[in-house]
Amino acid sequence: MTYEAVIGLEVHVQLKTQSKMFTRVQAGYGFPENTLTDPVVLALPGTLPVMNKDALDKIIKAGILLGCEIAPVCKWDRKNYFYPDSPKNYQISQYDQPICKGGSVEIELPGPARNVMGEHKRIALTRIHLEEDVGKLNHGEGVSLVDFNRAGTPLMEIVSEPVIRSADEAFAYLTALKTIMIYGGISDCDMEKGQLRCDANISIRPVGQHALGTKVELKNLNSFSFVRDGIAHEIRRQAAVLESGGKIVQETRDYDGQTGTSQSLRSKEMAHDYRYFPDPDLMPVEVDSAWKESVRATCPELPFDRQRRLQEQYSIPYTITSVLVPDRELGDFFEEAARLCGKPQAAGNWITNDLLRELGAAKVALGASKVRPAHVASLVKLVEDGVILSNAAKEVFIDMFHTGEMPGPVVARKGLKAETNTEDLERWCAEAIAANPKSVADYKGGKESALNAFKGPVMRAAKGKADPKRVDETLRRLLS
Amino acid sequence: MPQELFNASVAELSRMMGAGEVSSVELMASVVARTKAVEGRVHAFNSFDEADALAQARASDQRRAQAKASGSPVPALEGIPVGIKDVISVAGQPLTASSRMLANFVSPYDATVTRKLKAAGAICWGRLNLDEFAMGSSTENSAFGVTSNPWDLERVPGGSSGGSAAAVAAGEAIASLGSDTGGSIRQPAALCSIVGLKPSYGRVSRYGLIAFASSLDQIGPFARSVEDAATLLGAISGHDPKDSTSLRMEVPDYNRGIAELARSGRKWKLGIPKEYFGEGLDPEVGAAVQAAIDEYRRQGCEIREVSLPHTRYAVGAYYIIATAECSSNLARFDGVRYGHRSKDATDALDLYFKSRAEGFGPEVKRRIILGTYVLSSGYYDAYYLRAQKVRTLIRRDFLEAYKQVDAILTPTSPTPAFKKGEKAANPLAMYLNDIYTIGVNLAGLPGISIPCGFTAGGLPIGLQVIGQPFKETELLAVARTYEERNGWRSRFPKL
Repeated sequence: MTYEAVIGLEVHVQLKTQSKMFTRVQAGYGFPENTLTDPVVLALPGTLPVMNKDALDKIIKAGILLGCEIAPVCKWDRKNYFYPDSPKNYQISQYDQPICKGGSVEIELPGPARNVMGEHKRIALTRIHLEEDVGKLNHGEGVSLVDFNRAGTPLMEIVSEPVIRSADEAFAYLTALKTIMIYGGISDCDMEKGQLRCDANISIRPVGQHALGTKVELKNLNSFSFVRDGIAHEIRRQAAVLESGGKIVQETRDYDGQTGTSQSLRSKEMAHDYRYFPDPDLMPVEVDSAWKESVRATCPELPFDRQRRLQEQYSIPYTITSVLVPDRELGDFFEEAARLCGKPQAAGNWITNDLLRELGAAKVALGASKVRPAHVASLVKLVEDGVILSNAAKEVFIDMFHTGEMPGPVVARKGLKAETNTEDLERWCAEAIAANPKSVADYKGGKESALNAFKGPVMRAAKGKADPKRVDETLRRLLS
Repeated sequence: MPQELFNASVAELSRMMGAGEVSSVELMASVVARTKAVEGRVHAFNSFDEADALAQARASDQRRAQAKASGSPVPALEGIPVGIKDVISVAGQPLTASSRMLANFVSPYDATVTRKLKAAGAICWGRLNLDEFAMGSSTENSAFGVTSNPWDLERVPGGSSGGSAAAVAAGEAIASLGSDTGGSIRQPAALCSIVGLKPSYGRVSRYGLIAFASSLDQIGPFARSVEDAATLLGAISGHDPKDSTSLRMEVPDYNRGIAELARSGRKWKLGIPKEYFGEGLDPEVGAAVQAAIDEYRRQGCEIREVSLPHTRYAVGAYYIIATAECSSNLARFDGVRYGHRSKDATDALDLYFKSRAEGFGPEVKRRIILGTYVLSSGYYDAYYLRAQKVRTLIRRDFLEAYKQVDAILTPTSPTPAFKKGEKAANPLAMYLNDIYTIGVNLAGLPGISIPCGFTAGGLPIGLQVIGQPFKETELLAVARTYEERNGWRSRFPKL
């Protein structure tokens, strides 16, 4: 039997705000335990939550970027459950009126080869709502300790429709989502810092069957690869259960990415009754159209839209745009360099090959790079004008990467200027022709490759500083 | 004027201190001495810190001297000892909510009302007893002992702010703060023959008040006169950025407003809701309230019958909404971060079970269970959602009535103070004590209880005046109209 997977993802994304969701203590990662707390975070008796407007702005921005319908009112509910990492033993969340409804994420599936664009499709979203993060439990021997630094961090839950059909699609979905969040300055989505977390609901059904199979929730998918591998594993596991005549049990399973196995955490019978009700401590907040428009004005172009535009506007290939676009800063760098030199293809090549290689080798972030768009643009122009040759240009690039000097001064300092004296070039070409009558005859007889026989002596005479293009032109002119 | 400083009003003491007739230290010493003399019988306090109070009084006297020297004005509450219900946070002082759960908890921060009282020069004096987590109408639910009614030590002072009411009635504080979720300020004020004011919901910040039912709770003052209550209200009112439910409304000078209304000679139109004078109303209470209504009529006020038809659903709706909210609000008391932690717990779940079983008293448990039930999946619509609809109808009833009248007059409590233990075994009978006060909380209105006489047996009776949303000045002016015509204020309990 062939099966089809039906997958829905619940993605939690921490918002990049200065302070926490309901109090003005700093939000952050990597601080000493329980230092990012205050009476509100610790839920001391008598404390009350006060909403962080920046968090609401950021989720509205996410909603606009993903084409969601933004609710006219931001309403808060309490989700009641006991757990030691939850200071109030309820989480302030949004239940029946999420701030964002609908929308979709455009994804790109893997292409037939690395340098070929894959199929694009849209994954529909159910909703996005805002809530607060919980603390973190550290289990030791005989004791469990709680760190409330993370508690109260603004957290957005993005729920997809069950329209994802494969582990690859899930991977592509997360990749696209992360790129958009970073583009919008909404979150850094660093999974290692817990800024993005993903749970997957997975069921399978025979191809052609409409009714859904029993779903299993997969948790602890700690990296994008684990999401992909965990889902692939769960699909295989469910297929094996069905093939052997078994039944899928509705449950929550814990995926271990190290061993590539999963274990049951709890069954449906142990599911919580969260007893949601509107939080009486927080008044609903009206989100009028002026508010939405002010957020819309801060929204960047979406990554895939940008990629299509770059390909059209600059006629640069997928191999370059697919490197430039996922990193908003790199894309901006490119567009600035292209604007300055008017040669997008060349600028794109320098950035995606040389710049990224050097940055990677030196472990330097783009923001800290001494090479700025003006350097690249200037280098492109020097090559284009024949001032330096491409092998010399490579040397100039590495030099300016380390020194931050503009290419012009580097060329002068290192004496890398190309030989452009026309008189010399004419003379060297004439001498080469005169010295090799056989090749002259061959060339005139129609043998195009005979031309190469003159180039070696010319280059030797020029000590390698002659522009091959101009050598070629001169030889052809003299032989015509 | 009473002979003893500890029985004087804020206004009288403020004048005396201003004139240099008495110092704050002398006043505080008088209150401390009185407290030591009667506290063994009254038990209004969970704790008090004499040395800290006298230090605050000394600082106040210094501030007053400096202000005098520089000619700057002195706030009315400067140097006045104000008792604080032990459910409102005062930095560095115990905050127990009269619960074993918080028996050893010391709050590290000031409630907004505490901060404002301090800024107004008041002395935060002692931690006043209450029904555990403000759940009750008699102060018998305290984990630290029952408070006695100063007028009859065999009887309860009402609740939940019983300690706040008893302290002011007994001369153990000049004024005090309480909290009112379903009548917890007005009912004990009535039972102790003092003034108790519940402001409009949103008038006073709840930041630092241990939440019982967030959508109903409101902090308010107990005092010996309407004027004093107005002074305290002025000090604690106003928008607080730390409480999203506190309203951005200007705080008027209430006493100036009352005086202006009195000068204008305005004749009030007052509503008498027929639903509040039916079965269950003690005849002596009914007669005293009727006499007060007659007095208003003599003053030239127009008395009209009004109807609040949904009144009979109020107690039911209240006990659904209040318990639902409390079941969630009290979830934070889990033994993990602070408060009682069971010594016998073996794991996280067991820690919750045992800490909460040991830490909470029976009434608190009853309400948490009830609230958990009404919020449960499948019951939410039938209980919580319906109760919220009833709440809307109750508010609409009041607003409809206010198209005809300026304020509404009712008894505060159906009976005078009852004997300790009399209703302790019957939660439902206890819940019905709040029958006249609950609607005000559900509708978010301001309400005040003022003394309106005594039973033949010498037990106090209270008159409730219910005002319009955020029209506390008018409410206080209506209360003042009656207060200035009677001598109830000059009676003090014999202790």
